[in-house]
Amino acid sequence: MRREAGWYALLLPAFLLLSVFYVTPILQVLAISFLEPTPGFSNYERIATNLSVQRVIVTTLRICSITTVLALLLGYALSYTITLASERARRWWLLCVLVPLWISVLVRAFAWVTLLRRQGLINQTLQGAGVISEPLELVWNEFGIIVGMVHYMVPYAVLPMLASMREIEPRLLAAARGMGASRGQVFARVFLPLSMPGVVAAGVLVFIFSLGFYITPAILGGGKTLMVAEWISLQILDLIRWGLGTMMATLLVVTILVTLALFSRVVNMRRLFGGA
Amino acid sequence: MEGGYSPGRFGHALGWATALYLVLPLFIILPVSMTDQRFLSLPHEGLSLRHYAALFASGEWFASIAQSFWIACASTILAVSAGTLFAIAAWRINRRATELLRALMLLPLIVPSIVYAIGLYRYFGWWDLLDRFAGVVIAHGVTGIPYVVITVSTALASFDVRLEQAARGMGASLRQVLAWVILPRIMPGIVSGAIFAFIHSWDELVIVLFIASRDVFTLPRRIWDGINENQDPIMAAVAMLLIVFTTLLLVVDLAVRRRRG
Repeated sequence: MRREAGWYALLLPAFLLLSVFYVTPILQVLAISFLEPTPGFSNYERIATNLSVQRVIVTTLRICSITTVLALLLGYALSYTITLASERARRWWLLCVLVPLWISVLVRAFAWVTLLRRQGLINQTLQGAGVISEPLELVWNEFGIIVGMVHYMVPYAVLPMLASMREIEPRLLAAARGMGASRGQVFARVFLPLSMPGVVAAGVLVFIFSLGFYITPAILGGGKTLMVAEWISLQILDLIRWGLGTMMATLLVVTILVTLALFSRVVNMRRLFGGA
Repeated sequence: MEGGYSPGRFGHALGWATALYLVLPLFIILPVSMTDQRFLSLPHEGLSLRHYAALFASGEWFASIAQSFWIACASTILAVSAGTLFAIAAWRINRRATELLRALMLLPLIVPSIVYAIGLYRYFGWWDLLDRFAGVVIAHGVTGIPYVVITVSTALASFDVRLEQAARGMGASLRQVLAWVILPRIMPGIVSGAIFAFIHSWDELVIVLFIASRDVFTLPRRIWDGINENQDPIMAAVAMLLIVFTTLLLVVDLAVRRRRG
């Protein structure tokens, strides 16, 4: 028993750090949403009555849904190619996924601004080639946000899908092919159904990460299209409306936790976050 | 994958297109950082390293780089020590309660940083930790713990519990078991965790935007101001250095993992 106690003591530093410096500030956010400016549910009533609150929720859900669908589609194609690649080629493909995953989100947003703005590389190239006469509005709108967010999310979509695709027995595919199935049929009736758990896991992951995304939408949206995180920051830093800001923050956390709980049967959380 | 099954033309093309979409925007920064112009653009007449020279000559940028580096080092030490001890203890005790605690440790990966940032903004006000080196180190260290817990737990999964029991049976104290039996075997996992915790702090912006203002002005904070305010090509030089730095760290991580595998 005394030996056991020693091990329990080792849990303490991390547990205390997290309780005092992580969980408490977050619980405080939750509390403020019910206490300021007046105790009660007044902040939450704004969800039903305040147009600005409703607009930011709808915008966020729309952008996140589009981002999730696109990231899944592109990520699926990439994972599929990686799974079927040779051992040697696979290493290079993986590098294409892992390097962008770990490059600073600011650097990536900066790269997209350089490419997409009015005097950016894409507009200059297209104008130089005479394809367009007026520069295209590629950034500081919803299009720019989605381009940047999908770029950020594809690696997160690839990792769970890749893990589930690698468990598919290759001989199954060869057997189906040998028995006369066309390539399309093998994909649609054997590969796709077997890879579905990974797709669902990737979808959940990308969606919940997108919901609270701050930097990319703030830079590529140029302050015109507001998503939840930037809206919260605006309430707290510029408008000093703590009640409203913390209400939205609470709503955000609850939405994410509920989504995770709903899918916890399908998605193995440990694998989701441990797979990388 | 062997077995004579290859992706169709469409799948293959989309896979390639996606890979290019992921990587090309990062490569474009290299020529832009070497432009001979005064604004962000491709080089017109020749390549120039003057923006790199300007970067190294600039006291502001250099101060931010140094500050970010020291914050990342300190918070990595915090995250690695707390996270490693936790992962080992949770693995050794292995009860339902530790499973719950482990889920708690993963919270910083799930809860958006904006929520934590506004919470800290108020909370650190009371502790007088706003705009302090220590405040940022604590915030980055705490949110870096999950990376360490994950990599160390993964390393422990392939470690035979009986080795630990044998050592204890032969009279080793807990400290001796840790130092001589467990830690050497899971070192690659700890190094991986340290690398990820370091990158996490080095790149972190959202928390810093709220809890730091003047005295603590990290590199991401300076880049953020730069993107929003000017079109100085010095930004491209900074971005390029960050890409090289992160890639190097990842290569080290891959090498460590390969030695382990």
